[in-house]
Order: sequence, then structure tokens, then C-alpha cells
Amino acid sequence: MKDVGSMIPNQYKITTSNVNVDYGNKRALHDINLQIEEKEVTALIGPSGCGKSTFIRCLNRMNDLIEGCKVEGKIMIDEVDINSPDTDIVELRARIGMVFQKPNPFPKSIYDNVAYGPRIHGLAKSNEDLDNIVTKSLKRAGLWNEVEDRLDASGLSLSGGQQQRLCIARAIAVNPDILLMDEPCSALDPIATAVIEELINELKERYTIVIVTHSMQQAARLSEKTAYFHLGKMIEYDITSNIFTNPKHEMTEAYISGRIG
Amino acid sequence: MTDNFTEIRLRKRYRAEKRFKIYSVSALILALLILATLISSIAISSIPAFTQINIGIDVKMNDDQILQFEEDPENVSWRSLQKKSFYSMFPNVETRKDKKELNKLLSTGAYIEIKKFYLDNPNKLPDNNIIYVPASDDVDLLIKDIIDRDLPQDMRTISDNQISYLDKLISNNRIKKTISWRLFSNSDSREPELAGLKGGIVGTLLTMFVTLIISFPIGVLAAIYLEEIAPKNKFTDIIEVNINNLAAVPSIVYGLLGLAVFLNYMNMPRSAPLVGGIVLALMTLPVIIIATRAAMASIPPSIREAAYGVGASQMQVIVHHVFPLALPGILTGTIIGIARAAGETAPLLMIGMMAFIVDVPSKITDKATVLPAQIYMWANNPERSFEYLTSAAILILLVILIMMNLLAILLRKKYERRW
Repeated sequence: MKDVGSMIPNQYKITTSNVNVDYGNKRALHDINLQIEEKEVTALIGPSGCGKSTFIRCLNRMNDLIEGCKVEGKIMIDEVDINSPDTDIVELRARIGMVFQKPNPFPKSIYDNVAYGPRIHGLAKSNEDLDNIVTKSLKRAGLWNEVEDRLDASGLSLSGGQQQRLCIARAIAVNPDILLMDEPCSALDPIATAVIEELINELKERYTIVIVTHSMQQAARLSEKTAYFHLGKMIEYDITSNIFTNPKHEMTEAYISGRIG
Repeated sequence: MTDNFTEIRLRKRYRAEKRFKIYSVSALILALLILATLISSIAISSIPAFTQINIGIDVKMNDDQILQFEEDPENVSWRSLQKKSFYSMFPNVETRKDKKELNKLLSTGAYIEIKKFYLDNPNKLPDNNIIYVPASDDVDLLIKDIIDRDLPQDMRTISDNQISYLDKLISNNRIKKTISWRLFSNSDSREPELAGLKGGIVGTLLTMFVTLIISFPIGVLAAIYLEEIAPKNKFTDIIEVNINNLAAVPSIVYGLLGLAVFLNYMNMPRSAPLVGGIVLALMTLPVIIIATRAAMASIPPSIREAAYGVGASQMQVIVHHVFPLALPGILTGTIIGIARAAGETAPLLMIGMMAFIVDVPSKITDKATVLPAQIYMWANNPERSFEYLTSAAILILLVILIMMNLLAILLRKKYERRW
């Protein structure tokens, strides 16, 4: 894989080479080399504590917020090194939306939740502009029909699944081209999960999506490529159907057949 | 056999739990009883201070006095008008000594009421008026049955003659009990029947104003830096430990600092709310910093992550999310800190705010005193009436402090959020 990446370097949306992450003295990720294609869903699977969340948080430098966390190696997004001192972290995060494990809407109205990003980045020139962005984002997140008559209600008054879609709307309102999803369905019931999965399928036409998931079925249903992580190492990365039907590595096979994890 | 054993063990556990409950409930009841005793004893002994005895005098101005009044009310000899009017009600009192005794029934500030009456009712200048003026503190206590009239004369501060004059006034229905509003409208005085708390209340308000505008912004900004921006290293650890220590420093130390730095070195005015406010602000700062940090630390990290995730800068995360969400907690801490400062006397002792000041301060550089200082001084006064006034002043201070704490609770209740 690594060889392919270095031969045709410009083909990928995200390329990581030799990414190491340390929490204090403890190494959480070892030499991760991964190439992520544009407008595809890439799933990261693996048992708890394997580093998949740590990895996804490297991609928008969320790990900067964690005291004592050190990221080494090169992460190129659109051929720009995001860890270089020239990269503005705010601009970077505006281009890379993130959806978290637990729905975390701001304790504000539904409208303000979605409008917050466009406001701070000055994306709307007028109030009408802003209304349009909010409407469009809520429609894309599949939430518009459920909330159009109560945009002033608190974001916290929604159900868990609705809150998560609100968070997706909030992320896409700033017009990113990459969406990072860190176990977006783990706090939701199966019905809400199905709605979100359907949404992800629609969103991948516009966005490059990297999703961390605990559910192998979810990875199989949603993603084009799947990476299997184990104890901070990336064990295998391939087309999803290959991973699930014909894993090359015995640890991957052990995991997907339920013997570890 | 085992069943019996289980039952015994069970019963033993129930008894132990019951005993534990009784201990904790009785501790609570004891604490409440002590509090109730304290407050009710203050409240009961303050009752006499909330009413005041007034004596009605027949006043009639002569033509000269009316002319003088129309020129300038200051020209009228109000004291002699008061004396003459009062003496004329007792034609039998003739000797100088008796007249002096008679006049002592009235407060030394009685003439002020007469003057006020004419200033308010200039159309009544030529009439025969009955004007009620405050009685002296001894009369006040006698009518309220605090001084026992059956005691021998040399054991009370009011003579037999004076009592007979009073009895005449009572039979003529010239004694009136009113609510002592002057407690709030008058400033401090050596005469208990004239002394009020206005100076102390206004002084406290001015001092708290200075304390608030200094300690709130500085405390909040310092807390934001320490909690959100500062790197976690040895240096910030030392700062944190020292802030926690500062919160426990005896308050008089801040007074010494104020004396040395603000008065002696910077030559700021003595006895002024400005200096008092700065000193109390220094004392309140650690409390506000600790409360603010605690309030911000309780904001769930998911909110920060959400804001960072859509590309908010650190300042935007703080200003748009963390600070507004922490504000109820910050305000609660601030109000409690300010309330603590409002009840403080020791640091003000060092900068001269523990002083007898008659004028009501109108700006923060005027000489002023504060409520707790006034309570302390009243408690030291020898006149017996001050005993009741002191209790009344304590009650008023307590009411102000309780209202501030209530405000803190209401704010927290109103803006409290659940995640």
C-alpha cells in the first residue's frame, strides 16, 4: 500500500505517513500509513483502545487539545501538511467537519447550532444567506422536515438521533470537504442508527468521510475501504469486501469472526 | 438455624442504620436550633429600636420669628423657639434647674423637626401647631418600660420630676409612638434617638461597588487564563496553590497591605470607600478566581470539542461557549464573595473606615464607614439605647446579606443547565 501511495502521490485526499502518537510516555499509534480516497467512506475498525479514535482526531488536529499528546509524522490533506507551522488550525477545522460519539449540540436553539459555524467564519453576507445555509444544511442532514417549525427550540430538546443529525448539519454548514465521524451511532438506538447510515450514504457524494465504528456490519454496509487497527498498529487496509470476505492477516480474521475484540 | 442467624444480623443492621439516621438528624436539628436562637435573640432585642417615642409640643411663632423665617429660615433661633414653646406647656416649672431638666426630655435634635415642619408647611407659620419631636433616649426607654420607674431615683437616669412632667404629657395625649424611619434616613450620631444607618449603608454600597468592579473583571480574566489558556507546568501549579492559600489568609492582613501600600505609599485618601473597596477586592479575588475556574471546569468537554470541531478559535470557544455557560456559577461565586466582603470589618480597621462619620458619603473618595464597622462602634457606645440599635443594625446587615445570597441561589436556579 505504502508503495502505491508514494508512486502516485496526488491521487489521495488524505495521506498519512509514519504517524506516531504518544500520550506522555505511552505510544498510542505506531507508524500509521494510510491513503484515503476522495468522496469515499473509509471505515476504521478495531477493538477498544486500538487507536482508531486517536487516529481520526489527528486528521483535524483535535489531539492538540489533549495535554501531553504528541503527534509525529506527516499528514497531507490536499497535498498540504496539516502539522506544519504554516497551517492555520481554525481554517483546517473549518474544512474538516467532525461528528462525535455522543451527540453534543450547543445548549442553544436548533437554528443557532447550525448557524454558529457560518457566523464565525463569515460565510453568510446577510441574514437571508444565513437562513439559506441553515435550511440547506438541515435538509442535507435529513432533519429539516422534523424541525422546520421549531427552529427556535433548544437543540437539547431533540431526541438522541435527531441531535446527532443536528451535529451533522452543524458540521456541514461550514462547507467542509471531509467529514470525520467518531462512532456516530454508538449512543443511538437501531432505528436512529439506520437513519444516520442512510444519511452517510447520501453524504458521500459530496464529502470524503472517515468513520470510526465498533460495528463491523456498519463498516461493511457503509464503507468502500476499511482499515483494521489493533493495539495502536494498523494491521490491514483494503477494499471493504476483501477485509470481510478474504482478510489477509490472521488478526483481522480473528477480529471479524469475533474471536478477539 | 441459619434463618435465625440471618434475622438477627438483619435486625442488627436495621438498628444501626436507624441510629445513624438519628445521629445525623439530631446534628441538623442542633445546628438549626443554634441558628434560630441566635437570630431570634437578635430580632427580639432589636424590637425597641424600630419604634421611637415622640413628644408633641405646642408651637406658635411670634411676628418677629415669622419675619425672620421669611428672610431666611436659618435666621430663626430654632432652639430657643423649641425651648420657649415647651416651657410654656409647663407654667409651673420656674427655676432654671427645673427648666433644664424639663428640656432634657426632648432630644437634642428636637429643634430640627420643628424647622423641618415649617419648611414643609410654610402656610402654617402664624398658626398654633402641635409638632411632634423625638424624645430623649431615656424617655424612650422609660415609655417602652425598659427603664423601671419604680426603682429609687438615684438608680435610674431619669428623675422623679421628669417622670411627673412625662405623666402630664401622657395624660394630655402628647406622647406618640412611631416607626423609626430615621434608622434609614439619618446618619450616625452620638444621640441614640437620632442615630441612623444611612451613612453605613451608603458607605457599604460604595465600597461594594468598588470591590465588584475591580475584583470581577480581574478575577474572571485571571481564572480564564489559568483554566483555559495557561500551559500546565510547575509555574502554573505554584500559582494555583498560592491562590488557594490566599483565599485562606486572615482578612486583617489585607488591611495591613492596604495601609502600607495604598495609604502610606500611594497616598490615597484615608477612610475612603475607594481604598476599602480595593482592599476588599484583593480579599475577594481568590474566591472569584476559584469559583470561576470551578464553574468553567464543570462545562463538559464535549461542548468545547463541538466548538473546536466547527473551527472556532480558542477565544471564540471561551467567549461564545465556556464563559456564557459558566456565568451562573461565576455570578454565584462572585455574589458570595462580595457578601463575605460586605460583612468584613478587620481590614477596614487598618485603613480608617472604622470611624465615627456623620456625613453620608456621596462619592468613593469621601470619608465613610460601613455597616459592620458601625455595628462595632455602636456596640461600644455606653448609652443603653445603643444596645437595641446595635441589634437592629445587625438584623439589617443580616437581611442585606441574606438577600444577596438569595439572589445568588435564584441566579443559579434560573440559569442552571442540565447536560
